[in-house]
Formats: sequence, C-alpha cells, structure tokens
Amino acid sequence: MAVASAVLVAGLLLALMVGRYPVSFAELFGVIAGKLTGHAPAVPSAVENVVWQVRGPRVASAALVGAALAIAGTAFQGLFRNPLVSPDILGASSGAALGAVLGIYFSLGVFAIQAFAFVGGLVAVAAVYVIGGAVRARDPILVLVLTGVVIGALLGAGVGMVKYLADPYGQLPAMTFWLLGSLASIGARDIAPLGVPVALGTLLLLALRWRLNVMSLPDEEARALGLPTGPLRVAIVAAATLVTSASVATAGVIGWVGLVVPHIARTLVGPDFGRLIPATALLGGGFLLLIDTLARTVSAVEIPLGILTALVGTPFFIWLLASVSKTWS
Amino acid sequence: MMLLHRRTLLRGVAAAILSPRLARAAVTDASGRAISIPEKVERVFAGGPPAAILLYTFAPDLLIGWTRSHDPAQCEFLGPGGCDKPEVGRLTGRGNTTNLEVLLKLKPDLILDVGTINDTYVTLATRVQEQTGILYALLDGRFGAIGPLYRKMGELTHRQAQADDFALYAESTIATIKGRVDKIPEQSRPCVYYGRGPRGLETGLGGSINVETIEFLDARNVAAERRGGMATVSVEQVLAWNPDVIITIEPAFAAAVKADPVWAAVKAVRNGRVHLSPRLPFAWVDFPPSVNRLIGLWWLAKALYPEQFPEDLRPLTREFYTRFYHKTPTDAQIDSLLSGRA
Repeated sequence: MAVASAVLVAGLLLALMVGRYPVSFAELFGVIAGKLTGHAPAVPSAVENVVWQVRGPRVASAALVGAALAIAGTAFQGLFRNPLVSPDILGASSGAALGAVLGIYFSLGVFAIQAFAFVGGLVAVAAVYVIGGAVRARDPILVLVLTGVVIGALLGAGVGMVKYLADPYGQLPAMTFWLLGSLASIGARDIAPLGVPVALGTLLLLALRWRLNVMSLPDEEARALGLPTGPLRVAIVAAATLVTSASVATAGVIGWVGLVVPHIARTLVGPDFGRLIPATALLGGGFLLLIDTLARTVSAVEIPLGILTALVGTPFFIWLLASVSKTWS
Repeated sequence: MMLLHRRTLLRGVAAAILSPRLARAAVTDASGRAISIPEKVERVFAGGPPAAILLYTFAPDLLIGWTRSHDPAQCEFLGPGGCDKPEVGRLTGRGNTTNLEVLLKLKPDLILDVGTINDTYVTLATRVQEQTGILYALLDGRFGAIGPLYRKMGELTHRQAQADDFALYAESTIATIKGRVDKIPEQSRPCVYYGRGPRGLETGLGGSINVETIEFLDARNVAAERRGGMATVSVEQVLAWNPDVIITIEPAFAAAVKADPVWAAVKAVRNGRVHLSPRLPFAWVDFPPSVNRLIGLWWLAKALYPEQFPEDLRPLTREFYTRFYHKTPTDAQIDSLLSGRA
C-alpha cells in the first residue's frame, strides 16, 4: 500500500512536469519549494500560474476522478455480485448527462451546468431505487439492476432528444464535447465541488468496508449473519452515487475506469474490501492520471478522455477475460 | 404525299405552340447540375440557415419559412418577413428535421441550399429532386464567393438586377477591406485565438468554417497548426500559444476571461484585446455561416488592425442592417449591439 501511494505521488509529480506549456523541472521545483517555504519563487509568474492554477488542479482532479470512479465500481461490483458492473449501472451517468445537456441547452453558466449534472445523477439513481424498491420480488438486487438499465435507457433517449432539439451550430458541439469526457477546463475552483462529495462517499464506503465483505454473500446469508441489508444497500448505493455524480459532473462521461480497475486491484490485493478500496483508489487515480496526461500532451488539441479510456480499457479487458478465472469467485 | 406534309405541318405547329412553355432558362448550380428554372419563381424553400438568411436578405417575399423561429431579441432587428413566416425545419446540413411530405405540401418552386459542395450534399440534392420532383439548387457558401453567390441567386429567381446590387455591395466591401489588409506587413499580423463554448475552449482549427472570416483577413489563427474542423483545447495550450487577440461570440466567456486568474497571463487579456462579437439578429462571426458575416468583416478588421481601420462602425452597421435585414436600427440599438450588451 505504501509502495502504491509512493508510485501515485511520483506519478503526480511527473504529470506536473509535462504539458503543452513549457515548464522545466527546475522551474517546477522552484515553484513547489516556494510554496512550501513561503518565499516568492524565482520563476516567471506565468509559470507559477500554470502550475498552481492550470496544471495542478487538472492533475489533482484526474487522480480524484479516477479514484472516485474506481471505488464506485468496486462497491457496485461487490454489492451486485457481478464482475461486469460499472458505476453507470444504476443510471448515474445517464442522469448526469441529461442534466448537463439540459444546462447547455438553456445556455446556463458553467457552474449551473455542473450543478445540473450532479443533481441529475443523484435524482436518476434515487428514481431507480424508489421504483426498484416498489417492485416486490425475491431478488431485490436483480430488480435494481434491471430498473437501472431501463431508466438509463430512458435518460439516454432524453439526452438524444435534447441533442436533436439543440441549435446544431452552437449548442450541439458543446454537448458532444461534454459527453465525450474532458478535464480541459478544470480550474482551482473545481477542486472543492469535486473533492467534497468524493471524500464523503469514500469515507462512508471505507467505514462500511467490513460489511461490504459480508454483502457479497447472498441476501439471506447476509441477513442471517445479522446485517441490515436494506439500509446498508441504500448507504452503499448512496455513497457510490455521490462519488460517481461528482465525477461525471466535473469530467463528463468516462467509462471503463470503474469496470477495469477494480479487477486489476482484485488481482493484486485479493477480494477483501478493507484492502481493496484503498488499492482501487490508488490504481484508479493513477490510471486516469496517465490517460489524462496523454490526452493533454499528445497533440495541440485535446483527445476526449472517454475515447482514450475505451481505447486502452477494451484490449486490457479482453486480455483480462481471456487470462483469468481465478480472480472472481 | 399530302398526308406526310400535313403530319409534318401539324408537328411543326404543335412544336411552335408548346415550345414557349418548355423553354426554361437552364442555370448551372455549384455542383455542376443544370437546373431548368421555370418562368415564375414565387416560392423558394431554404434548405438550411445559411440559405434562409441569404434568401431573406435579397428576396424576403420568396422565402417560404425559416429553419428555426427567431426569439424576440432577434426579431427586433429583422424587418418584414423576419418573424412572420412559419418554421419549416431544415432539409440538410447537420441533422434534417423536415418531413418530405410537409415539403411537398408547401409547394415550393425551388429548393435552395447554400454551403459546402461535397458528394454528400450533391447526392442528397439529386435524391430529393428525384423523390419530390422539386428543383434543388446547391450553391457554394464560401465567404470569398459572396458576389458570385448573389449573382447566381439572381439568375435562379429572375431578379438579376436586384442581385447585382447586393453582389456589388459585398464585393466592394471585401475589396476595400482586403486591399488595406494586403498592405500590412507579415510581422504586424496578430495571432488570434477564437474561443467558443461555455468555457471558451472550443476553437476552430486551420481552414475550418468557424474561423473562415478571421483567416480571410490573414490573421494568424493560433490553432492553425492543425487543419480540420472544431476541437477543444486546454487552457494550458492557449497559454502556450499566447495569442495577441481573442475573438469570441460567447458573452459568459468574454466576461469571465477578464476576471479569471488562469487567463490573466494571456497577452490578449493583459492588453485588453478580448473582443465579443455582436450577436443580433445573427452573429457577426462564425455561425450561421452566411452573409451575416459581411458586416462582421468590418468589425473583425477593426479588432485585428485598429490603426488601419479607423472607421466608425455605426453608419456601416446602419447601412448593412437597412439593406440586408430590411429594418433600420435606432442609434440606441446600434450602440447596444456594438457594445455586446445585445
């Protein structure tokens, strides 16, 4: 775990060093040293600006979003006892997408668009939970998944409708770019709205880590062991949704991180959630950090994150499917 | 012998009677298709926003309807025909919303489309013409070709003299502006960043239609290191480019960029050269990519080369709006337009 954290920190520093704006290692060192010691660094203010206002927040957000999506994926995979589950299973991404495109359609400000997306994700999952809960069935998990798929499809149709009605010159490109996922516009102001929900959700999941182990058992067994499965399920879903909605509101729709990273983490540290959650967070953060660094340095124009994660994630997932059967039991 | 002569005579008489109706003018559109225009052209369907704007400027009575209805702020600047026509959807371009049966019910004499000429649009034009039997003319919407565009429109609608008027105005405007710009030495041409989207991070790459008028004025588009359409960039990339001038049509971005500490290091922001384009009734830069950009050329020239273009924009705006949008704006309206408050 200590090794993994050290690797992540090294990764963060490395990511800070590269970028389209030329910042040398000496300048970076000077800027960081200046912040730590309190003296003004001997670097041009433009460079300081880039490090603290542009690259720093972006690198931090990439790590946070990656960690958030990976943790949500882990929680859902444990809760639904299914290796193919991603954080989108209950429609959080679709709800957030609908919120965001509505915000763009009404030409709202950036903060309003993010707020709409965040609320959209939460409302979508709440709706799924309420509808799923109203159906009396022997397997509440299956009902939840099915409702999530259905509501997700409905919200997806809503997104399509809004895109259809949008002005094709101005609003539609903005919607398309948002939906592909990008951290290009992150500033220092976006760290708090992202960090607070992610921190809350992660802490809640960490607090429930032992119970998550037990929730991986079938429902009757878990209840026989004394767990209140109903309220626990609500808590886990709420925490994971909080984390997912905040990520999607900040960065757009990014897939694959929540699906692939938990599997890798499980191969490394085993299925015990006590170690799995921190491991997934570190791995997810590192993974998205790498992807985002590629997205912003490879060319002058940004490559959307959703595309890169799919390009990297898909072959990896195929390899995973082909080579392992022992990690999932 | 007599029978043959009579048949020949009858055939000749028939031909003489029918030929005036068959003798239609044949006009070649930009895709090379020959269109035989009927004598009377009274209803023209505009296939997309650029065509609608173009048709409205020079022959508003011919326009059947707009692709999207206008909001009240836009209607204030549009004369008769601007806001009292129905919304008919768009036939082509990015996403078509017109039902072909609705199109047939409207009984146009001609379908007009203005934009890029490539195989997609040419085949679409041919297909629609085959399916509906309505003549479909496809014209080139490049900014530099506005003069010939109006003249072609004149041929298509039998209003050559009127179209010539507009063509001459457009050509003389372009010639005047380009003449002065051509004399400016290479080093004095500014580096321009065109920002759009809520955060101003969408831009037009080299040769894209979004920055057509900017590149027409020989300014150096910082994003032109790659050619293509639209793309998103990061703030870091804009900082690395450090443009001299920022052009935008997004009021939220224009306001935010002046106060945002992240953008403060950009040369354009430091020197106060962030320009917000007027937007009513149609933006003066970028979209819709039609003749609305003609008045924008003056505005851009002033923004990019302030010393070479000392003209007051107000009389130019008044003349353009009266001629092209058929409504003379008041002084107060012109002021709010030019200040970006509109």
